[in-house]
Amino acid sequence: MSESRRRWWHRLTTRSPLLVTLDALILGFVVGALVIITTTASVLDAWRAMFSSWAAFAHACQLTADVVGAAYRAMFTGAVVNPRIFWHAVTTGQGWTLALTPLSETLTYAAPLIIASIGVGIAFQTGIFNIGANGQAILGGVAGAYMGSLVHLPTVVHLPLTLAAGIAGGVIVGLVPGLLKAYTGAHEVIVTLMLNYVVAALLIFTLLSTVLQQPGQQNDISRTLAPSAQLAPLFGAASGLRVNWGLAVAALVVVFAWWFLERSSLGFDFRVTGANPQAARASGINARAVIVLVFVISGGLAGLAGIVQLAGTTHYLDGGFLIGNAGIGFTAITVSLLGRNRPVGIVWSSLLFAGLGVGGRAMQAATGIPLDLATVIQSAVVLFVATPVLVQEIFRLRHAAAAGEVRLATSGWGS
Amino acid sequence: MRLELRGITKRFGTLTANDHIDLTVEPGQIHCVLGENGAGKSTLMNVVFGLLHPDDGEILIDGVPQRFANSGDAVRRGIGMVHQHFMLVPVFTVAENVVLGFEPTSRLGRLDRARARQEIRHTSQQFNLEVDPDAIVENLPVGLQQRVEILKALNHDAELLILDEPTAVLTPQEIDALMAIMRSLAASGKSILFISHKLKEVRAISDVVTVIRQGRVVDQVPPTTGESTLASLMVGRDVTLTVSKEAAAPGAPVLELDDVVVRDDRGLAAVDHVSLRVHAGEILALAGVQGNGQTELVEAIVGMRPVESGRITLGGQDVTGATPRSVLDSGLGHIPEDRHRYGLVLSLSVADNLVLNAPRRAPFAHRGTRNLAAVRGNAESLVSRFDIRTTSVQAPLSSLSGGNQQKVIVARELSRPLQVLVASQPTRGLDVGSIEYVHRQIVEQRNEGLAVLIVSSELDEVMALGDRIAVMHAGQITGVVDPSTSRERIGLLMAGATGDGHE
Repeated sequence: MSESRRRWWHRLTTRSPLLVTLDALILGFVVGALVIITTTASVLDAWRAMFSSWAAFAHACQLTADVVGAAYRAMFTGAVVNPRIFWHAVTTGQGWTLALTPLSETLTYAAPLIIASIGVGIAFQTGIFNIGANGQAILGGVAGAYMGSLVHLPTVVHLPLTLAAGIAGGVIVGLVPGLLKAYTGAHEVIVTLMLNYVVAALLIFTLLSTVLQQPGQQNDISRTLAPSAQLAPLFGAASGLRVNWGLAVAALVVVFAWWFLERSSLGFDFRVTGANPQAARASGINARAVIVLVFVISGGLAGLAGIVQLAGTTHYLDGGFLIGNAGIGFTAITVSLLGRNRPVGIVWSSLLFAGLGVGGRAMQAATGIPLDLATVIQSAVVLFVATPVLVQEIFRLRHAAAAGEVRLATSGWGS
Repeated sequence: MRLELRGITKRFGTLTANDHIDLTVEPGQIHCVLGENGAGKSTLMNVVFGLLHPDDGEILIDGVPQRFANSGDAVRRGIGMVHQHFMLVPVFTVAENVVLGFEPTSRLGRLDRARARQEIRHTSQQFNLEVDPDAIVENLPVGLQQRVEILKALNHDAELLILDEPTAVLTPQEIDALMAIMRSLAASGKSILFISHKLKEVRAISDVVTVIRQGRVVDQVPPTTGESTLASLMVGRDVTLTVSKEAAAPGAPVLELDDVVVRDDRGLAAVDHVSLRVHAGEILALAGVQGNGQTELVEAIVGMRPVESGRITLGGQDVTGATPRSVLDSGLGHIPEDRHRYGLVLSLSVADNLVLNAPRRAPFAHRGTRNLAAVRGNAESLVSRFDIRTTSVQAPLSSLSGGNQQKVIVARELSRPLQVLVASQPTRGLDVGSIEYVHRQIVEQRNEGLAVLIVSSELDEVMALGDRIAVMHAGQITGVVDPSTSRERIGLLMAGATGDGHE
């Protein structure tokens, strides 16, 4: 092996946060494969017969590879690209919509997730657990729905106002735990967690109010956003692709977050507070102001995520808005941890989670394996990322000389 | 027990922390391992206690080679260790802590408290280690907590005790008590390995002193060796332990405290009507046994603790109850007592730590955006000016040694425009070389007209640095004296006798 090759190999097998994350990803898919095997009757039957003959054993192996392969292939082609359809589009110039739809769908789901996760990540970096991003996002949606469906203005004014209303909604919900923590010492985890239920109930309440309810409807469905308040498809309505200007909003948020954390004075205060609150205080940083501002920024971004979801994708609110599987505010917590609370890391982990969700749906349609498998993989990946020691042992990674231990990117739970 | 180390070598990556160390502890001997911070003392002790495995060399107990898989093995062979940071459960009683891991139980595994208490009474009588078995550990003073640690080791039948920097956290009285305990343990045949970098204690208590420098045994000397010889063996050069400084030329008062009352966390008056004046161009040293209100006084000055009554002015400006930000901005430099907690952020870079309390000051930031080039430039110039040893200014602060971390704080504070410097225990935990360096910097600043308030529980430091010495006891100033005053007189003031010359 040449010297450069050896060095390359060495780097590849030395523990680093990135490598541990990638290995965790591999392990997540291994766990997913095990779940597929143990829940697919035909595969289990094949394995039950493995002792009868070599052929039966070979058949079991073959069937396992086929089933798992088909599931993951469906997931990939559903979330990223189907090479056959893509090649067809390239050669004939026809069917581009079909070829690009998977990617478009993934990006559509990723945009609000990126925004919400960055909000959660900024709070984490300040040592604050914002578990209430989902509630903040829901109220962002509600406030945006008021502005977007009840007011009529030209797009240039209406859309920014709608987005601003969404941000304001998130800020309002965020300020509750922020002020309570800053002035009374209330624990933000409890307050934000509980507020999620309050806001979820508030959503239903507003949807059944005559003001926001879709005229002629008895169900919990809101009026549709005026076209002037919607985030238009990125490539025009004629493209047939759902990916919308929300993606551009997400890109702006990423740039803002990078500048904020890496370059701004306030972001420096946030990071110092997160790393050592006592030193922050002794250095003249106003802890109260930082706590309140964290919740303003984190809540505002969560609210923005809510309105981007509404204005870009759903266009109206219903009782299922950001509830259950769609609760991007909750997913944002794991996405942020997976991305180590850094803007760029969060972009990658958001794309991964969005892709698993979109691909999971395609897999369910193609193979009948339930969508929940995507959730299993997501959860397993985060579990492995949270236990880096385990990953390092499984892959026998080398100790990096003088490098810090790979740790979960949060500080303690307390205070 | 006779412990023998032969050629112990321990490497961490490219760093050789212990390089062929030979050392023998005879039964009943107090053997001191003396060395600067980072010389490899703690690594060696962790090897002896089975927490680390030597890359080379052997450990022999009474002539028999040993292999310790973990510290449990070491404990079973009769080695006990009292760590620098105690390994006690704060909310448990003394008895519960001592028997932890080896609990006497009655039928069905029920903890036999009566027997535990009995065992502890027996051990503490045998070795003269008085402590109430039913006291809750967190309510005990540090000196007694340490006694519980020793008791715990003895209860596990330790024949050799490792004491890792045991005096670092103790008051002078507690140190005396500890030394008496060490002597009586040695007299009863226990061997003691005593780790320290404090020359006075080492000379007072040891039978043999092994000096370690950069992982190697430099010399083994009798404790009668002079302090300056020991110091130069430790750092490898001659060190001046006294600070050479000209007479002070005090100017106008800069920091003034009038009748200040400050409450501690329990609501008691920790600072009880204190009045002090620190003049430009002088060093006022605040002496006193730790825990007599010095910490609360400093916290009140820097704006981290509310002032109950009284007035604090800085350069004529009232800063009573001001925020830390405005106190820092009005020209107060602060070297905090607990640097890891209040002075530094270990995960941030050296460069960021060097602007920690002035991130918005020009040229480090402009309209809310940090100027990273200026931050880096500032760091590079300070690193060379203050001789901070680091691989790069972008390296995380945690990669620096303790002495260099302290230099980062000193450099940061002294590079700002200051009227007054408040330094609490500025040399605690530092090695001789760094102490000398920090002292010289402080004297230099005083020569240039800075008002300096030093708070230290090390009498040597107080007497070497102070132009005037204020002694604090039970929240009150018991006297302000000249540094030529005898140690006995200052000792009396520290014990609470009110003296002459009260301001």
